[in-house]
Amino acid sequence: MKMRPLFTPIFIISSIFLFNACTPPVNLNSNIPVEDRGTTSNNANQTATTNTSANDAANDPLNNPKSVLAKRSIYFDYDSFTIKEQFLSTIQAHADYLIKHPSRKILIQGNTDERGGREYNIALGQKRAEAVRKSLALLGVSESQVEAVSLGKEKPKATGEDEAAWSENRRADIIYQ
Amino acid sequence: MKTILYRSLCTIFLLCSTLAQAQLDIEISGIGANQIPIIVSGFDGESNAPQNISKIIKSDLTQSGAFKLIESGNIAANINPASLTQWKTKGAEALATGSIQKLANGSYDVRYKLFDTLKSSELSTLTLLEQTPQLRTSAHKIADDIYQKLTGTRGIFSTRIAYITQSSNQYRLEIADADGERVQEVFHSSEPIISPTWSPDGTKIAYVSFEAKKPIIYVYNLANKQKTILANFKGSNSAPAWSPNGKQLAIALARNGLTQVYLINADGSNLRRLSNNNNIDTEPQFSADGNSIYFTSDRGGNPQIYKTPISGGNAQRITFNGSYNISPRITPDGSTLIYVSRRDGQFQLFSQNLSNGQEQRLSDAAESPSISPNGKYILYTPGAKHNFLKVVSIDGLTQYTLKTKSSNIREPAWGPFTQ
Repeated sequence: MKMRPLFTPIFIISSIFLFNACTPPVNLNSNIPVEDRGTTSNNANQTATTNTSANDAANDPLNNPKSVLAKRSIYFDYDSFTIKEQFLSTIQAHADYLIKHPSRKILIQGNTDERGGREYNIALGQKRAEAVRKSLALLGVSESQVEAVSLGKEKPKATGEDEAAWSENRRADIIYQ
Repeated sequence: MKTILYRSLCTIFLLCSTLAQAQLDIEISGIGANQIPIIVSGFDGESNAPQNISKIIKSDLTQSGAFKLIESGNIAANINPASLTQWKTKGAEALATGSIQKLANGSYDVRYKLFDTLKSSELSTLTLLEQTPQLRTSAHKIADDIYQKLTGTRGIFSTRIAYITQSSNQYRLEIADADGERVQEVFHSSEPIISPTWSPDGTKIAYVSFEAKKPIIYVYNLANKQKTILANFKGSNSAPAWSPNGKQLAIALARNGLTQVYLINADGSNLRRLSNNNNIDTEPQFSADGNSIYFTSDRGGNPQIYKTPISGGNAQRITFNGSYNISPRITPDGSTLIYVSRRDGQFQLFSQNLSNGQEQRLSDAAESPSISPNGKYILYTPGAKHNFLKVVSIDGLTQYTLKTKSSNIREPAWGPFTQ
């Protein structure tokens, strides 16, 4: 007699329920909001990086304008939130660096073009930052080294109401902290 | 027949002098269907007072679109009710007059009476004691009283508005009276400020700031001028919305991936996750009874407005016309949804009757609407990069412009009743 693995359908069904809309509110008392005294980072207890000497700084590939690490921006097509193939090497390079330097942290800022509502664009910009974050995580970068945030349409790099400006602003930037 | 009334435009430019640096000018267009003809007389003694009280009252009543002002010259405050019939023949249904007198200690005694000219009776009277800078307050209180006695709805002339201005790389949160006067800066920043929203008791403003290179929600206490962080979780924190009793807020957080709706106590404690899916859920707004949240979600592929009970459960879709519906706002009586909808490439203001689903277009290019506390008017930004805000009545018939000297004004928030 064949034994059916009963857990499989249950696992699938419960996954579907988990990802459905609106479960009852979950108490999250463990996470207390950070009180920011005006510092620019929410990682208040950041440990000192290891590259403190001038010699190390000169050798740090992050400071080399010819390195692929000098590329800090990933651009997106209209209404798109997937990483285009031409940026995969950039992401790979930053992933390698972050894995090699586990005390370095980055902020990924997602941006949108100027069309549409402000708050909805915060969420769309977040989607872009999240796409970069996920790619880095899949390549092995620790979650504690990466924070994905959105600037929505609030900090455009290019002003203008044409596709040239819009495509410049559909962008996620990697900011080393 | 009504169409002719709707189509006829009457533009009045009113320049209001003010002690503050910036000022907002009012330009009114559009006529409401049923206007109450009223005489507002000059007040005895106002030519010697620092503010022309009757002029402010007339400006308020005109702006509401609910009144047709009939000129009369000055009528003495101690008018004999028996003589009211002469004003009825001038077409007036109501008459307001009053007096203003300076007292020995420098304050002002302001009195007013409102008469029904058809019934030759007194409808209302007020006696107010105000310090000089607050004479505008007296005028607005009188205008509110006239509006309430004759329309049955509470007036908004004593309320305030908040909004964001941007000039070069300075962002300012400002507050002004509902007529644009007495502008005050709340604070300024070199980084963007968005989504200002008043607490229901009018003592605080929650907003989103990008000073820390990511969006963080703050609450500014207007009394002690202190700001505190409401939400700075990992990722983005935005879209604050107060509950009707002011004890909690609904917010949008992206701390585990995509943007989702959460609830949080007004002191920043007790974070609870409300939406739990792999879509974008944002722009939460409490229903009038506080038991549900309206919000914007792209779970159907495009942004639409949904409603979900706070206690958890399935979300119900509310908007169905057009492929882009955002920025839900609910009238205080819970009857109407106001939102921004993209039609033929342009973002416009719409209302939907929540009982029968009937939709009405209220404006041309518009974003970030805010409803007045009496539910009768909507304040909004007329498209990007303008020097003015606009107000449209909820029936779409009356509209006016609030102009400013700033180069870029947006994100208005209409404050609550505070008395």
